[in-house]
Amino acid sequence: MTGYLADVAALARKDLLVELRSRDTVPAMLLFVVGALVVFHFALPDDSSGLAAAGMLWIALLFTALLALVRSFVAEREGAVIDGLILAPCDRSAIWLGKTLSVVAFLIFAEAVALPAFALFYEPVSWELVAGVALADIGIASVGTLLGAMAAAARARELLLPLLFLPLAIPLVVGGVGATLAEDPARYLGFLALYDLIFAILSWASFEYVVTE
Amino acid sequence: MIHARGLGRRFGNKRVLAGLDLDVDRGDFLLVTGANGSGKTTLLRLIAGLIAPTAGQLEVDLDRSRLGFLGHDPLVYRELTPLENLDLYGRLYRIPERRERAGMLLERFGLWAARNESTSALSRGMLQRLALSRALLHEPDLLLLDEPFAALDAAGAELLLGELERAVPGRTIVLSSHQPERLAGRPTSRLALAAA
Repeated sequence: MTGYLADVAALARKDLLVELRSRDTVPAMLLFVVGALVVFHFALPDDSSGLAAAGMLWIALLFTALLALVRSFVAEREGAVIDGLILAPCDRSAIWLGKTLSVVAFLIFAEAVALPAFALFYEPVSWELVAGVALADIGIASVGTLLGAMAAAARARELLLPLLFLPLAIPLVVGGVGATLAEDPARYLGFLALYDLIFAILSWASFEYVVTE
Repeated sequence: MIHARGLGRRFGNKRVLAGLDLDVDRGDFLLVTGANGSGKTTLLRLIAGLIAPTAGQLEVDLDRSRLGFLGHDPLVYRELTPLENLDLYGRLYRIPERRERAGMLLERFGLWAARNESTSALSRGMLQRLALSRALLHEPDLLLLDEPFAALDAAGAELLLGELERAVPGRTIVLSSHQPERLAGRPTSRLALAAA
């Protein structure tokens, strides 16, 4: 177990280091999410409700996450590094877990800017919203990393990933918006936690079959 | 160590390997030759387990932690330094004293001065030397080398030949090359592939 966690830590650290050096993903995510919130601010009528604003926030977060997911296996695809990782004797699910953790870190970076921007343009950020976003991050990263690995092997990967990911992300939007707006947010937060649990286990268990023939 | 019977591989409608029988024993040095498209790379990727056969059977009696693979791509991160790349692989292969081993290989392959430079700044030949260092990092029992002389200058080729000469008891080598004359007498057997 210690060895497994050490592999996961080494792989996640490598992803953060690669991003720190290349600065390809996080700056694009930050610009996109702030840009989207500004556009929505001017697109929504002045008398629009908080319901619409919350919906717009979740749309912006979801599409920002797609940016991270589309780029999640770019470094492995270039130079066929994924072959080197597959040949290494570590458990292949460690590759998924390391990548999932790094995607969660990128999402947190983006949301650390997006949520204050939301508070600035729309309305204050509630603890239910923060909890919903945190739980949704886990689901987005779990499913998205698996699908990102699948799409990385395809020719039309930039098209394939959104087509695969968006239908599976619908429950996350339902849970996230519900947690933000409903009178009983605990029910929706529980739903998000259940989604995370189920899809994290499924993705963890099936990653090996996705990256090998 | 490697036993293949009727081994075949298709990519869509294209048959790359067909009906190949092969036995490689521990300690053998097999040289694989053949024209472009004859299936040399496919054979090495099949043995490495990176792709699965579409026909026949292939057995490799070896744990994957004991396999070293050098392909057409260096399998290293361009954003990391050579030392960081070898350190990552050293962790994943659980090599004791991985930093010393990485440093020794970088020095042996003439990359010590570039150890902290970005890998993206390395020339094609230096990348090939780094790829060799990566493949040899864990002192594999089975070494699969696909066109290892590609992009290497004369000095690099000499270093590679020296590594092949280095006495590692029981190490099995499968090497594909368009330049078999460079290996003069080293291989113990030879497989000439023809386009399927």
